[in-house]
Amino acid sequence: MSTPVLELEELEVRHGAVQAVRGLSLTVDRGEIVGLIGPNGAGKSSTLQALMGLVRPAAGDVRLHGHSIVGRRTEDVARLGIALVPEGRRIFAELTVEENLRLGSAGRPGGDLTRVYELFPIVEEFRKRHAGALSGGQQQQLAIARALVARPEVLLLDEPSLGLAPQMVDAVFAALEEIRDRGIAILLVEQRAQRTVALADRSHVLSNGRLRLTLGPEAANDSDTLVSAYFA
Amino acid sequence: MIATFLGADWQTLADAFGLGGIYALMAVGIGLVFGVLRLVNFAYGQLVMAGAYALAFAYERGWPVWIGILLCFAVVVVLSVAMDWLVFRPLRTQTPAVMLVATFAVAFLLQSIALLWFGSLGKIAASLSALNQPWTVGGVDVRKISLVATGVAAGCLVALVLLLGRTNVGLHMRAAALDFRTARLLGVRAHRVIGSAVLISGLLAATVAVLMTVQTPLVTPDFALRDTILVLAGVVLGGMNRLVSATLGGFAIGFASGFLGGALPTDQSQYLPSFLFAAVILVLLIRPAGLFARRGAQAVERV
Repeated sequence: MSTPVLELEELEVRHGAVQAVRGLSLTVDRGEIVGLIGPNGAGKSSTLQALMGLVRPAAGDVRLHGHSIVGRRTEDVARLGIALVPEGRRIFAELTVEENLRLGSAGRPGGDLTRVYELFPIVEEFRKRHAGALSGGQQQQLAIARALVARPEVLLLDEPSLGLAPQMVDAVFAALEEIRDRGIAILLVEQRAQRTVALADRSHVLSNGRLRLTLGPEAANDSDTLVSAYFA
Repeated sequence: MIATFLGADWQTLADAFGLGGIYALMAVGIGLVFGVLRLVNFAYGQLVMAGAYALAFAYERGWPVWIGILLCFAVVVVLSVAMDWLVFRPLRTQTPAVMLVATFAVAFLLQSIALLWFGSLGKIAASLSALNQPWTVGGVDVRKISLVATGVAAGCLVALVLLLGRTNVGLHMRAAALDFRTARLLGVRAHRVIGSAVLISGLLAATVAVLMTVQTPLVTPDFALRDTILVLAGVVLGGMNRLVSATLGGFAIGFASGFLGGALPTDQSQYLPSFLFAAVILVLLIRPAGLFARRGAQAVERV
């Protein structure tokens, strides 16, 4: 079996005395969506922070194409081809949509705007506007578009559906499918368990920092399994 | 129409514009570094002081003007970069209070070094003193330096606006000032952005040193100290969180200082700083975010 694009091995993350992630191992490969679900405080966001070099793992390894990236600076992780769509979108409201997109290629120059516009026509339409003037759903599309400009190999998303109207959630999830089909490895952190399980190739349920269960898409309609996994 | 404006002559107005321009440049230098580091660099005046000593050094040896200016820029830029490497970088993750106190320490250290090396009597940097001669514009005499300072300040500000607005490094600096963490997540290099801000602020300090020595050729260890305090007051007065408002604040306090200094009789102008600072306190009581801050603007999150 070839080396997966992204590998976490026995990852441990601590915030002071709090052990946020305990011995988490998972892989994401090209053209795969892997879901990471679980209640608040389960360690999902801590996992992403450790991946991006925002916090240093207490133990374990993170590998991109088999090479460890632990200890690298955040900006260097981005330059290696891992892009994060952060929780709360974190777009630059005072800058224009176009400037936000230009920042997306800060790490990997020569960004590919046409393919991003294909995916999110609304972003192209509003490119001259201030990003703060967009609706929440449009801002989420911009945040994903901004991450894609750098043509990442791995896309991490931290609760992209948070605070969005149901229609917008549909649009965002549909976009993720298309991004997967472009051959990008996607790690999707979500609270919407059922939607995530249905979309992802497999979903890991985290609780108290530990991986409790792994579900395939077929489990999406099995609400008993989902509920018991969540409250295990 | 040559007469007067609020009792002041045209020379006073031109001087006020010149000083406003110089203070605006210092405000930009302080504001740029504050934007990316959330650090109020109290030692900024000592960069100007070091540049002024470089000019005096060249003048005493009778070197040509351009060599003096080149030396001034070299000394100030090297000192700025050294300050970033030796002080700002190691303390980057500390609280703003720690960083502020550290810049106080650097300021007094540099002042003491100047005192040891050059003594307390001061050195003369008068290679550009010809700029104190008047120019006659439309029958009005105005000192050349007032016009040169205004022009240079305007030129620097336009160049900076173009740099920040049109180039990638400018965009990265603006993004870092708004939300450093997200900027880094996108691959913006923290060291490069901070280094650029420090470099530009050093270039501005050197420019200020050249302009200031024309009016104040006597360079002492406390050169530009009083100006730095006034500029810092101006920057807070205008609003620290945005470069434009900080710059306007710097210009306003420079203009007010120059205008009142020229318009008031000499025996009253010694009270000028008291009046200026009283005005600053009053404005901040009414508009705590700053005179030129956008309404509803909030304090930005630290890096």
